[in-house]
Amino acid sequence: MKKDTIILGIETSCDETAASIVRNGREILSNVVASQIESHKRFGGVVPEIASRHHVEQITMVLEEAINKAEVTWDDIDAIAVTEGPGLVGALLVGVNAAKALAFAKNKPLIGVHHIAGHIYANRLENEFTFPLLALIVSGGHTELVLMRDHYDYELIGETRDDAAGEAYDKVARMLKLPYPGGPEIDRLSTEGEATIDFPRAWLEEGSYDFSFSGLKSAVINTLHNAEQRGETLDPADVAASFQQSVIDVLTEKTFRAANQYNVKQVIVAGGVAANKGLRKSLKNRFSDLSIDLSIPPIHLCTDNAAMIAAAGTILYKKEKFTALDLNANPSLMLK
Amino acid sequence: MKILAMDTSNQVLSVALLEDKQIIGEITTNIAKNHSVRLMPAIEKLMQDVHVQPSELDRIVVAQGPGSYTGVRIGLATAKTMAWALNIPVIGVSSLETLAYQGTLFEGIICPFFDARRGLVYTGAYHWKNGKLETVMEEENILMTEWLTKLKNQEEKVLFISPDIASFEELIIEHLQDKAIIADTSLRLPKASHLALLGSEREADSVHALVPNYLRLAEAEANWQKQQKEKTNS
Ligand SMILES: [Zn+2]
Repeated sequence: MKKDTIILGIETSCDETAASIVRNGREILSNVVASQIESHKRFGGVVPEIASRHHVEQITMVLEEAINKAEVTWDDIDAIAVTEGPGLVGALLVGVNAAKALAFAKNKPLIGVHHIAGHIYANRLENEFTFPLLALIVSGGHTELVLMRDHYDYELIGETRDDAAGEAYDKVARMLKLPYPGGPEIDRLSTEGEATIDFPRAWLEEGSYDFSFSGLKSAVINTLHNAEQRGETLDPADVAASFQQSVIDVLTEKTFRAANQYNVKQVIVAGGVAANKGLRKSLKNRFSDLSIDLSIPPIHLCTDNAAMIAAAGTILYKKEKFTALDLNANPSLMLK
Repeated sequence: MKILAMDTSNQVLSVALLEDKQIIGEITTNIAKNHSVRLMPAIEKLMQDVHVQPSELDRIVVAQGPGSYTGVRIGLATAKTMAWALNIPVIGVSSLETLAYQGTLFEGIICPFFDARRGLVYTGAYHWKNGKLETVMEEENILMTEWLTKLKNQEEKVLFISPDIASFEELIIEHLQDKAIIADTSLRLPKASHLALLGSEREADSVHALVPNYLRLAEAEANWQKQQKEKTNS
């Protein structure tokens, strides 16, 4: 009889303290997330030192809840997986050191996981992967198209040349004086407006799967500025809708083209911006009459969580890619 | 009773094992290298050397700060999580008290301190009395010049203990003259064995509630609180 693989995942790369237990890389037994959004709202963004302080205050409580909810014992747990990077270094350090303490105290293998690999594998908690697949990764720090021919086989085929999509959202939200976090606010406001302003869409060179959002960001600034100078008032809902439409068009179209060129069987969407309702709808429409399977995780698995880290860690466990106790946080870790 | 103690709150990294009040092992280094990389391997090495398994531990003591914010958190994340996983008590002890323990043979005021940059220090003042450290002046994050002015009013001699003595020695002598005694270089590093002794009989902290003692608000937090105050005043 084949034994189940049960992994404890830990994620502290930004402003969520999270722990989760996942069985066989696909079944969530518990998924605990202590969010710090309320604390950071005061500052209009995540303050690294404050995030780190919250993580160390929360970590054992979150771990305890994850174990209790999953109703597993230490004997059931095969390994400890933790986000080693990228992210805020002080924040990452809390999770990494907690994971090492568990691995040593309970004599379990330790697995370092790339945060984006986690976002990708969040999809596998819903749908089994069918290779080759194309992953669109969109978050505050990333906008990438990654081709996967097998588990943990990542080929970068496109990335942003300047701002990440999520970053552009945050900046535009600030211009429109929307509260933090700005991404969901723009998404919400967009539904109340019309995409009446024709903002640029950066397609770049023919055949390129790279992205660029800095031109769009400048166009939004200029439009708001010019309107102000003329004494006109623009409806913020229209600005939000127009901006969002421009981002979504490019993301959808480039993903669609790449999926066809590489003949993939599945497209998965990963990262915080995958929670964006406009993007979800647009992708669903574009891929609706194709034989390509489109997978977008439910919203609570798009934002940062530890189930995704445990899911990705399960693959590394099977490959016996373990880490020694000198594991460090790596804020600029590369996906490989 | 087996106690594991760890201190990563400042530049010195120290881990020690205490068995029935006997120090059975200690690793102490004083190099500017990453505590996150070195703490767990140091604990593993020490415990292997003295043949103690994690499951045999009865208690964990950790230096709670003040010190480097990141360093303190590395120690606390490790100690809290280990204690929670092993289901044993965890005790947080002041990093300054740990350093003050080097002055057990001194009869006057013991003043440990750590450099907190820009002329500031983390410091406090203690007496060694009946085999215990007693607080004379509470821990503070304060300008060294201000602290020395306060110490001038004390009648007793003051023993200064710090790994960061070099940067402040002149200033100390200038203010306190022959009232100041500078600890010998053999006494200037905090040791986890002393931390273990200090924590050996104290009441355990709640593992979830144990938090670092930063002695200082995060800069953004301090600014925000100042703004709120100005808002309510105007
Ligand atoms: Zn993320």
